[in-house]
Amino acid sequence: MPTTKMINTKMTVAAFAATAALGLPTLAAAQDYTIGVSIPAATHGWTGGVNFHAEQAKERLEALHPEIAITISTASDPGGQANDLEDLVSQRNIDALVVLPFESGPLTDPVRRVKESGVFVTVVDRGLEQEGIEDLYVAGNNHEMGRVSGEYIRDQLDGEGDIVVLRGIPTVIDEERVQGFQEAIEGSDINILDMQHANWNRDDGFEVMQDFLARFERIDAVWAQDDDIALGVIEAVRQANREDELFIVGGAGMKDIIARVMEGDELIPVDVLYPPAMIATAMDLTVQHFVSNGPVVGEYILGSPLITQENAEQYYFPDSPF
Amino acid sequence: MNSVVPNNKSVARSQASFDLKTWGPFIALMALALLGVLINPAFLGLDNLSNMLTRSAFIGIIAIGATFVITAGGLDLSVGSMAAFIAGVMIILMNSLVEQFGPGLTTILLGIGASLLLGLCAGFINGMVTTKGKIEAFIVTLGTMGIYRSLVTYLADGGTLSLDWGVRDIYRPVYYGSLVGIPIPVLVFLLVAVVGYILLNHTRFGRYCFAIGSNEKVAEYSAIHVDRIKTMTYMLQGVCVALATIIYVPRLGSASGATGVLWELEAIAAVIIGGTVLKGGHGRIWGTVVGAIMLTMIGNILNLTDAISNYLNGTVQGIIIIVAVYLQRASWRKSAP
Repeated sequence: MPTTKMINTKMTVAAFAATAALGLPTLAAAQDYTIGVSIPAATHGWTGGVNFHAEQAKERLEALHPEIAITISTASDPGGQANDLEDLVSQRNIDALVVLPFESGPLTDPVRRVKESGVFVTVVDRGLEQEGIEDLYVAGNNHEMGRVSGEYIRDQLDGEGDIVVLRGIPTVIDEERVQGFQEAIEGSDINILDMQHANWNRDDGFEVMQDFLARFERIDAVWAQDDDIALGVIEAVRQANREDELFIVGGAGMKDIIARVMEGDELIPVDVLYPPAMIATAMDLTVQHFVSNGPVVGEYILGSPLITQENAEQYYFPDSPF
Repeated sequence: MNSVVPNNKSVARSQASFDLKTWGPFIALMALALLGVLINPAFLGLDNLSNMLTRSAFIGIIAIGATFVITAGGLDLSVGSMAAFIAGVMIILMNSLVEQFGPGLTTILLGIGASLLLGLCAGFINGMVTTKGKIEAFIVTLGTMGIYRSLVTYLADGGTLSLDWGVRDIYRPVYYGSLVGIPIPVLVFLLVAVVGYILLNHTRFGRYCFAIGSNEKVAEYSAIHVDRIKTMTYMLQGVCVALATIIYVPRLGSASGATGVLWELEAIAAVIIGGTVLKGGHGRIWGTVVGAIMLTMIGNILNLTDAISNYLNGTVQGIIIIVAVYLQRASWRKSAP
């Protein structure tokens, strides 16, 4: 046993030395471009997904393009993210920045300073407050997400019925989604019984839905707007034994919900995409700026397709934490 | 003779003030319930009442533990993240036990046991660092609050931990089931309250808590093991958090970094609304129970009406809490001297 172990260790050392010898020159050449990625820390489901997809994209892109190095930094508040941006420029000497700002306001100026140092800037999801700073803007479409959800509910109920709406945290994102939703059901006989904030949170979704169920004798559909809220809503509906009366439309593309859609769950017939994987899209496009001869500037707005049983599989990432 | 008369008088007066102090929270609760009925008759529906009481069980059970800690002059800010952390560990443990024991009672009992043990240990750590390390409870538990919160985020990879579906189906009745028409969480809440009441008001341990909270130095000179008793209050708090978590996990079968956020403030608010003094020395278990129900009731009433803009929910909650405590203190101040 000791001999084999020794041989193994030796072989590993030898292999390591060989790789190091062979690898170092290529590695030196590999530092042609450095891309810095700055994202919020994984404090809740959706940002957890952002972190997962950023790591995946880093591995894939670095393997595909040896001349590109990607460095990811996560921050837990806007101030920390501003520090990260300074460090990325001064310590890593980045050629491009992909940033998903914590908040638009506080980060507009730090990102502008990065841009002024001659770095290619890609902004993801949350736009900055000043126009013309970023070279590339990649985002989901909150208004569209609300509209797609509203149209589905309208069509499914044949333009007539009583529904309840669970909103997110009171922010611009929530506002835009609700606006799109209301535009979609305008002119139909769909009546919103009430809207309450469930803060994109399972527990709040459960409690708000319990109270809706106690208050309204008949509910035809629920727009939960978010998959975390939807999971809470499902349990409240199950508790009240009212699964046959209504259906629920969530949003985002959480794997648990997609799995249910794939199985053909009648309570959750569809989901509307607002994917954390948009960070990967942004990283891909930023890399294209360096490796492609086509121009990569402007805006890239992702659609919010309806995820149904037929197409659910292509949006299912079983390894993602979200 | 002359001196006896005023003495008697003052005894009678303090008796009356004691009643006001005790019943204050109950009167506030009744007023709030009346408001609820006026806003929406559905408030009194059996379903709604049982939903509400069941919901208040989490904060209520935690707040009963907090009553001991606060009465003995301490403070525990870590309870919310502790609950999230314990829930996370419980879920991971039960998911891994499924392979060995199947999704049966053994798995669930082991999960529950682990939860209680974790709660006890977490409380012990808070207590020891506070007393032996001589660091303010505020700082110690602020530290452990951050530690448990980040640990659960780490365990969940920033996402959500979900309980195995097989285990969930068997474990589900602990939250959704009921015994003689009363939901199980409400029964547990009641049981914890009764035990807490006896412990605080009818045992030596309870009297020591009062003594330490009133004056730690005097308590020490009276040969009370101050450090030991204080550590025990934190351990009791830990067990209460574990009990709340045991009921919480079967509700949605998941835990994430967003679980139990701000529970510590709700628990402390419930304790204070109930008439316990924040700086220690006086605690009331039944007041705490009422305080916890009141906090849940405010949210429930706001969900039953669309008369108030959703954006103002926090404002309404804040006003009701301050008014409730003010009324209680005002009546107390008037008749106490």
